[in-house]
Amino acid sequence: MTIEQLLLMRHEIMLLIAAVIILIIELSAGKDNKSLMIPAAVIIFSLVTFIGFLPIETGKLFGGSYNTSDMIILMKNSLNIGVLIVIIQSAGWLKHSFENFDNSGGYFFIIISSVIGMDFMISAGDFLMFYIGLELATIPIAALAAVEKMKRRSSEAGIKLILSAALSSGILLFGISILYATNGSLFFSSLSSDNLNSSLQILAFIFVFTGVAFKISLVPFHLWTADVYEGAPVNISSFLSSISKASAVFILIILLFTVFNSLVSVWNTVLYYTAVITMTIGNLFAIRQQNMKRFLAFSSIAQAGFIPLGIIGGTQFGISAVIYFLLIYIFSNLGAFGVVSAISNATGKENMDDYNGLYRTNPKLSLVMMLSLFSLAGIPPVAGFFGKFFLFTAAAVQGYYILVFIAVVNATISLYYYLLVVKAMFINKSDSPIEFINNDNYTKAGLLICAIGIIIIGFAGIIFEFIESASTGI
Amino acid sequence: MESGVGIQHFMILSTLMFFIGVYGFLTRKNLITILLSVELILNSVNINFVAFNKFLYPENLGGHFFAMFVIAVAATEVSVAIAIIISLYRKLKMIDVENVNEMKY
Repeated sequence: MTIEQLLLMRHEIMLLIAAVIILIIELSAGKDNKSLMIPAAVIIFSLVTFIGFLPIETGKLFGGSYNTSDMIILMKNSLNIGVLIVIIQSAGWLKHSFENFDNSGGYFFIIISSVIGMDFMISAGDFLMFYIGLELATIPIAALAAVEKMKRRSSEAGIKLILSAALSSGILLFGISILYATNGSLFFSSLSSDNLNSSLQILAFIFVFTGVAFKISLVPFHLWTADVYEGAPVNISSFLSSISKASAVFILIILLFTVFNSLVSVWNTVLYYTAVITMTIGNLFAIRQQNMKRFLAFSSIAQAGFIPLGIIGGTQFGISAVIYFLLIYIFSNLGAFGVVSAISNATGKENMDDYNGLYRTNPKLSLVMMLSLFSLAGIPPVAGFFGKFFLFTAAAVQGYYILVFIAVVNATISLYYYLLVVKAMFINKSDSPIEFINNDNYTKAGLLICAIGIIIIGFAGIIFEFIESASTGI
Repeated sequence: MESGVGIQHFMILSTLMFFIGVYGFLTRKNLITILLSVELILNSVNINFVAFNKFLYPENLGGHFFAMFVIAVAATEVSVAIAIIISLYRKLKMIDVENVNEMKY
């Protein structure tokens, strides 16, 4: 293997180098210079994100175990952008608590190693690489969810996450073993050229789909989501709800279009019903939530219900619509979580009632929150509208009118509870509103990037064209 | 079957282990026992892989390798889970799931 071939793995290699450099800086900085860690991590990860965008060859490595294409690189780049925002936003949380601040090097290292796992998972060409990537993406995050050792809720979130992740990967593995029995190969390419249609293979598909659906938190498998998001530190919740979910959707698309492409009629049915249940249940539970983190957790479940609309037809346009939707979703969700994180760090308040009268004291935070929620709800001027619009178009082109109708009804219901928060911030009066919060520059920068992203992505048509040109050839 | 143990025996064993594991995961109260149930699930998968490889595709080694990787990854998973359980134990002095109920609904 030559060095040029090895450079096909540039994203993973860059992330690995970044993780090691961060560890070295942490070691050499000593006890007194811990404040060095946050700017170092932000600069290094910005470099990694930037280098990821430079043009790169595509190809296969390790006999087809690892492959890249334009679309996979695009997916990795959108994950990188999201992780950069998470890293910038977590500066406020790390500074807030002395104990976390001491461990900030380890925090960044664990986040980056989880991203390495996601990249390997998306690039996987056989089930072995896919499984290892999946576990590398999940296990570190469970450790991070339990990182606040002083809080009982944090450990509780960690144990719930690791146990449900272990169960889901067990189910996934059982499906893979059945696939192996029927075909004798673990490579995506040879599995997809084989015509899978026996009932044993359909059973295997159901098992594999269940395992991945746990990560996306589609509805019958969503029970861990709200508890983990509520207990974990806010930045870990935002990482789980946007980056982790997006990477699982990406690998689901790749699996459905390569390995299970001969089972189209089966997975169309499965996706149809999970989409309907996920949207409805997510919305109905989100209405009654008072805690902002739980509220955003159920809203992210409901958002995940829209994603199958793009996959269901099995068209190229649908895939680009899903990637576009996820890119917007990453920005808007991170914006909403960023505001919750800023308020929670400064005051410790996480309930919706505490947000009453927020606009009078913190107009900028309320504006970013409003933009993000409007984008999640899909109100026209902001990007979320276009994301949902393309998804609905992709499903409607395939003739799923009833599904689109249900989705539109659910989008309207979701508008109700998103507007509840906006109403609390802008209209409700409060005797003791949250005091003015003087955020540090990292928090401001993170929220600014989200706000700009939410506005720009909707209007810059070039972004969707770019995604559409890249999302050919899985 | 004229002689000894065949693939169907392995499949029955692994399927039984898988569902005993799922049942244990859903009904047990002790966190360590839940972890043991997860191990049962993962080991049933290992039996599956090795048996399929031995009986159906003896010419390659894909299944054996997969089983080895599953063992290694399961070890990392359990080590993180145990670490979290210990940190829970320090606060609760108990590791029953019924105590891990601060967040609901």
